[in-house]
Amino acid sequence: MKKMSVLITVILAFCALLFLGSRQLSRQSGATSSANTLSLYNWGDYIDPALIKKFERETGYHVQYETFDSNEAMFTKIKQGGTAYDLTIPSDYMIEKMKKANLLLPIDHRQLSNYHYLDSHFLNQSFDRGNRYSVPYFWGTLGIIYNDKFVKADEMQHWSDLWQPKWRDQLMLVDSARDILGMALVEQGHSMNTTNSKTLIAAQQKLNQLSGNVKAIVADEIKTYMIQEEAPLAVTWSGEASEMLDQNSHLHYVVPSEGSNAWYDNMVIPKTAKHKKAAYAFINFMLDPHDAAQNAEYVGYATPNKKAMTYLPAKIRNDQQFYPPLSTIKHLQVYQDLGASKVEEYNDLFLKFKMYRQ
Amino acid sequence: MKQSKRFFMIPYFIWIGLFVIAPLVLILYQSLTNTQHQFTLQNYATYGTSTTYLHMSLNSLWYAFLITAITLLISYPAAYFLSKLKHQQLWLLLIILPTWINLLLKAYAFIGLLSRTGSVNQFLTFVGIGPQQLLFSDASFLLVATYIEIPFMILPIYNAIVELNPALINASRDLGATNWQTFRRVIFPLTISGVKAGVQAVFIPSLSLFMLTRLIGGNRVITLGTAIEEHFMTTMNWGMGSTIGVVLIVMMFIIMALTNDRRKKRREVNDDEEN
Repeated sequence: MKKMSVLITVILAFCALLFLGSRQLSRQSGATSSANTLSLYNWGDYIDPALIKKFERETGYHVQYETFDSNEAMFTKIKQGGTAYDLTIPSDYMIEKMKKANLLLPIDHRQLSNYHYLDSHFLNQSFDRGNRYSVPYFWGTLGIIYNDKFVKADEMQHWSDLWQPKWRDQLMLVDSARDILGMALVEQGHSMNTTNSKTLIAAQQKLNQLSGNVKAIVADEIKTYMIQEEAPLAVTWSGEASEMLDQNSHLHYVVPSEGSNAWYDNMVIPKTAKHKKAAYAFINFMLDPHDAAQNAEYVGYATPNKKAMTYLPAKIRNDQQFYPPLSTIKHLQVYQDLGASKVEEYNDLFLKFKMYRQ
Repeated sequence: MKQSKRFFMIPYFIWIGLFVIAPLVLILYQSLTNTQHQFTLQNYATYGTSTTYLHMSLNSLWYAFLITAITLLISYPAAYFLSKLKHQQLWLLLIILPTWINLLLKAYAFIGLLSRTGSVNQFLTFVGIGPQQLLFSDASFLLVATYIEIPFMILPIYNAIVELNPALINASRDLGATNWQTFRRVIFPLTISGVKAGVQAVFIPSLSLFMLTRLIGGNRVITLGTAIEEHFMTTMNWGMGSTIGVVLIVMMFIIMALTNDRRKKRREVNDDEEN
């Protein structure tokens, strides 16, 4: 009994110590909410930390940085309220959803002196016509990653190449209904935003034929597996791809020229914003070509900033894996919010495909 | 006296009400609504008429059965020999130890072991068999699931065997029973309660192992857990997700009923004898 109470006392004392310590640390870093703060809600590791320092130095705002790992988690947190984020960076379909849920503030372009540096190809997209609520941050694609030890470049240029019987049990797919069904839809020459049930079922049957080639349907783990050469082929997003290519020089990324998905992560100001001025200052800062280039070099995603491209090293700028030629860009499609019942139809078909075994 | 007894029951009832009854009622309520929050039985109709969901339920039951059967086959002899060993507490500790480690960490450790360049394949290459595809197969899924569930099967069986009065075994031998007869007629029937407790502790969680189906099974093994996750996280159709949840709960109650029934009867008989 005595031993027990000593143990409990020690644990409680330890907790108190940790609590005081963490409070002291956060006070030192000045994380108190004041007029001079910018509360930034971003994906993990999605900005060069040096840029945050630079922004703080140049503008005097203090940046409070919090991260999320999925659009849905971010949406729920902002919708439930109780937060005071001034700026967040959702993806395309989520911007449409947040717009419909009245969670976004319109953006006054006159306050953004660097707005004209953006490439017009990446503006005025279907999810936000006229960019009334969002400003592009990064963009990317869906494509195929292959390992040149096992796959030759000319064998893997189009979606249809994945269906070759040669690749039995060699392919990893990203666990996402929209992307994988979308891939089958493009392969059959349809839109990635198809709502026609017959076309969707046909796409699922096409996927079933791929089933024998599929080794696994996984999420973030694809990165590790491809780097370790567990599989020679995978379908995933360019952002993930750029991280893999950094760590294994045998890996290459292809965006099939017949079409694929283009995704956008755009900066938005949510309704919860308390420091709008700081938010505008930050958006404008990130649109500055030098800063955008530095950020693109650090994160490894493609920048939509035309002027920033000229500041990027030629090796990155001319990399067709991540900055595909205009002929390919023309065929890229952006996902539209299809509504709950269609999203479910996509997911049910995807589930059927997952259960299908050849 | 009775008053104060009732008073001390209050925290218990609040706990049960808030964390057991209320969630169950909420799941049941959710399962009866559609995405527009209207009352409907549509979710159950969808479940009953969809070959996908029925096939998935069958999968869940089948894999849970396999996992339970394999763990039982390994655990019963293990528990039996454990009860004969010298340093039982130490061995028990070693069996319990892995349960202190987070499930996710264990799964990732297995990925490292079973991957193409992992230690198992290195060994296979060393002995001349050559690398095999181990991850993302039924076998690897069963292996990892069994590994994770084994402590929960060994412990109740071990407890039952330890409680067994050795005089009964001696008596059986004295009366001329062979080892096999002693086991079949005396030891096994008297430890069946431990087996049943173990089966419950393993079968029920195995019905909805969803992290492992993705990490180890590579989503080539699909169970009801996968569907629930999808409905709550991606399609946001909480109604359908809850419906599958209710189906799982019903399955669990059936298992409980099947494994509880006889023990209760025996206890009644025992009680009668004692009285």
